[in-house]
Amino acid sequence: MRVIDYAVKIRVKPDNSGVVTDGVKHSMNPFCEIAVEEAVKLKEKKLVKEVVAVSCGPQQSQETIRTALAMGADRGIHVEVSGKDYESLGPLQVSKIMAALAKKEEAQLIILGKQAIDDDCNQTGQMTAALLDWPQGTFASEVSLDGDNVKVVREIDGGLETIRINTPAVLTADLRLNTPRYATLPNIMKAKKKKIANVKPADLGVDLTSRLEVLRVDEPPQRLAGMKVETVEDLVAKLKDAGRV
Amino acid sequence: QSTLVVAEHNNDKLTPITLNAITAAGKLGGDVSCLVAGTNCAKVVEEISKVQGVKKILVAQHESYKGALPEELTPLILETQKQFSFTHICAGASAFGKNLLPRVAAKLDVAPVSDIIEIKSPDTFVRTIYAGNALSTVKCNEPVKVFTVRGTAFEAASVEGGSAASEEVASTAPTGVSEWLEQNLTKSDRPELTGAKVVVSGGRGLKSGENFKLLYDLADRLNAAVGASRAAVDAGFVPNDMQVGQTGKIVAPELYIAVGISGAIQHLAGMKDSKTIVAINKDPEAPIFQVADYGLVADLFKAVPEMTEALSK
Repeated sequence: MRVIDYAVKIRVKPDNSGVVTDGVKHSMNPFCEIAVEEAVKLKEKKLVKEVVAVSCGPQQSQETIRTALAMGADRGIHVEVSGKDYESLGPLQVSKIMAALAKKEEAQLIILGKQAIDDDCNQTGQMTAALLDWPQGTFASEVSLDGDNVKVVREIDGGLETIRINTPAVLTADLRLNTPRYATLPNIMKAKKKKIANVKPADLGVDLTSRLEVLRVDEPPQRLAGMKVETVEDLVAKLKDAGRV
Repeated sequence: QSTLVVAEHNNDKLTPITLNAITAAGKLGGDVSCLVAGTNCAKVVEEISKVQGVKKILVAQHESYKGALPEELTPLILETQKQFSFTHICAGASAFGKNLLPRVAAKLDVAPVSDIIEIKSPDTFVRTIYAGNALSTVKCNEPVKVFTVRGTAFEAASVEGGSAASEEVASTAPTGVSEWLEQNLTKSDRPELTGAKVVVSGGRGLKSGENFKLLYDLADRLNAAVGASRAAVDAGFVPNDMQVGQTGKIVAPELYIAVGISGAIQHLAGMKDSKTIVAINKDPEAPIFQVADYGLVADLFKAVPEMTEALSK
């Protein structure tokens, strides 16, 4: 999944149709990096045979797949979606693509980032699991594969919970699952030789129609800098006056 | 027009964000029903029956609903939907709601809308994208609107004065593909980060994990949760679940005190909706001062203990 880099300052387009993406640095979604790392680790532990990296989007999505290949994925699938279809591509459509690919590839495990840092939807993993009728281990901070099931420690509000789910299953990665490795130069060179297959949604029988319409995108209300206070005493007095302490 | 709110609870108590979701549901017009699924939830049904704005409570009790697994709750919600044909299905945008509702939506072949902060009309919602750096107004043309509600954006419904009737609904056959094993809630007397009214956060300026004690002391005075910037997490001072920011937790407390935090974009994204922001930093040029209501240019190692002391009086 390719998104605007997390360090970029987001600008809303003057016509309020979206945010400026042209000429802006893009990277792999941070949560997806964690998902790739986890898959590669499972392969290194010989718990999975092959890691396939998938990205849906325009031509540039191949760069994201290359990054995953440099991290250790074996091959890539680029599901080509561009133009108007890409603009309206949402989690439901991506889930349909993922579910169709999972069947075609006979995948046993799908690992995704828990959410994309652009649309912040946090839906694709759950929806992919639903469409496949597979169980889901979302917001995972620890995953252990054990035969036909996976034990997943999940991040929930205020702590952790542990579940055991059957495989095949869908997992979504939370921040603490691992620290993604940096792709080393030799691995980047090696990744160039790995194969990326090109697939069209229509080949998978997926209809990309979206029934969500973005009417407009706005800047959030801007905060204005307040005042400088000179002393702690002054600060506490101001907070007391404002009823905050 | 009718809305189903999926109640979040632990069989003993209703989770507060459900009350915010009930308020949001009320804004749509039409009747609001609550679904309570659990193993033994009479207490929760009693609690919801008094909540203002709820017309009907649908109760499903079965062992398989233990741990609120989405694999078990989804068929129940689908059955309920078949019977009552709600126009809207919603829940709070908590770990529970975020886990469950997309699964329900996919089964209904509708695109859900996550984490809404405003309802413009029954089919048009406002939600934040890019961690709050932009607001998106979305029109949902699905036959059933499935959405989750950001708790901080809607008042909690009143827990008195309501008179909802309850009825049992048949439980669904267990799917048995998942099993809930255990829950480990962080044992802390401090409130949970995303729900706290006051948050004290530390950054790289704290210099070490041990120095976070200064913040814990201050937090205890204010009944506050303690957070951290990504820089402090990356430096290994504190664990990642304390991270406030675009890749961490999004908070919007009444008072946010940023200590030794420079104010990188990624951090601001996680806290700039706080009602009042205080920044304590020795660098007068730190970007955090551009969003702070009250800025104190000072050495935090002196200022924080002084503040704790001043608040003890």
